[in-house]
Amino acid sequence: MIEIQKLYKSFNGKKVLRGVDLLIPAGKTFIIVGGSGCGKTVLLRSIIGLNKPDSGQIMVDGEDVAKMSRKDLFYVRKKFGMLFQGAALFDSMTVEENLGLALKEHTDLSQDKIRRRIEEKLELVGLPGIEKKKPAELSGGMKKRVGSARAIIMSPEYVLFDEPTTGLDPIMADNINQLIIKTNQELKITSVVVTHDMASAFKIGNRIAMLLDGKIVFEGTPSKFKKSLDPLVQQFVEGRADSILAM
Amino acid sequence: MTVFFRKIGRGVLTIFQETGAVVVLLYQIVTSVRYALRDKNLVLSQMFRTGFESLPLVSVVSVFTGAVASWQAAYQFRGIISLDFLGAAVSAAIFIELSPVLTGLVIAGRVGASIAAELGTMKVTEQIDALETLAIDPVRYLASPRFAAGWITLPILVIYSYLISHMGAYTVANALLGVSTSTFFNSVQQHFAVYDVIAGLVKALVFGGGTALIGCSIGLRASGGAEGVGQATIKAFVYSSAFILIGDYILALMLF
Repeated sequence: MIEIQKLYKSFNGKKVLRGVDLLIPAGKTFIIVGGSGCGKTVLLRSIIGLNKPDSGQIMVDGEDVAKMSRKDLFYVRKKFGMLFQGAALFDSMTVEENLGLALKEHTDLSQDKIRRRIEEKLELVGLPGIEKKKPAELSGGMKKRVGSARAIIMSPEYVLFDEPTTGLDPIMADNINQLIIKTNQELKITSVVVTHDMASAFKIGNRIAMLLDGKIVFEGTPSKFKKSLDPLVQQFVEGRADSILAM
Repeated sequence: MTVFFRKIGRGVLTIFQETGAVVVLLYQIVTSVRYALRDKNLVLSQMFRTGFESLPLVSVVSVFTGAVASWQAAYQFRGIISLDFLGAAVSAAIFIELSPVLTGLVIAGRVGASIAAELGTMKVTEQIDALETLAIDPVRYLASPRFAAGWITLPILVIYSYLISHMGAYTVANALLGVSTSTFFNSVQQHFAVYDVIAGLVKALVFGGGTALIGCSIGLRASGGAEGVGQATIKAFVYSSAFILIGDYILALMLF
């Protein structure tokens, strides 16, 4: 379980997070939605300690990530996997090396077992046989799926997805959605997905939170989110550019 | 006038910030030295890139450095000193100054800048963050092997440069200035001082480690997309070159 309390973060005087309170239950797919630049990615990066908050708590299984030493942070990160918006694959490495890096660094698995684990994860993301390819040879969707495979290679407890469907065609986006559902069900992980793709949010989410102006303005089930009478939420669900949320 | 002083103040502040960042990185590298044996393959691959792939450039620079040193020294000797001493004079200059500094500058341009570009690109494309999320320390995995490779490889390249520079110097002395082979090499041998060679290698150690360290420090802090990477690359070359030239002066005061 991840519990965030009174989280504040600013960059060069610009306040991005202004007191975020959030409870992310274990084993669920938790969606964080919000307009571009509202701080979703900063929130996600803060959870894994890539951004140090100005104040507040981020409790991961009872340990405060916000106040951890760098050494402890590396220990806690072993519980996590993360898919970046641009996949962030290591471009000097092959797909196999990208996936095998964490296994080589953190386990005593033999080369053979590592190879089998890589094959298994590539199978799971629907990309068998691409071990020897370099990231430059992959399409955007393939990169995201390889990024997902890398995120789950260590069988983490939590996987963070940053805009997993952004920039993909609807079919590829749905592939990624299916993948998130599948990994969540098969591996029993807690997924935190940051997106502004409402179709994806409703398809994969068990709970949805909406971030606006650095604060959580809604948190609940997808059906409650859809039915919410809050004009801010309604405008976001319907994708209207007028009135309150016009940014 | 205020603008002038403000610019100077900003410049001084930048020097302190950059120096501070490099010192912090050096501390982090030193504290991760226990992983050196485990990461030996990373160090070896960086040594190959820093050393072996630099050989053609170092060869060209060294042969012409020796050649021009020989020609210039002969010009300065004219009417004052016999050309019998040409070998000794050129050799001392190669050992103490020319090979360590010029090879250092070649490495600053070729390796320091490429480290900054490579790590800078990794930084702006979130690959460094991806390493962090895989619980792999970028300093240990990326900076330490590059620092170790620069530190070990430059002295080896300088030894190679010593040989090639002497060949260049001898060729010019013999073919263009009429100094016989025995005169040239007897002169080198008679005035040879082991201390000069060691002093040159000490300089190489400092320049090699420093250049890699500066490249890593600037690359790991790059921001602002392709433009930021470009700026990081230029900055790494300029700072490394300045470090080598200023460091050369300080080391000269300490060693001689």
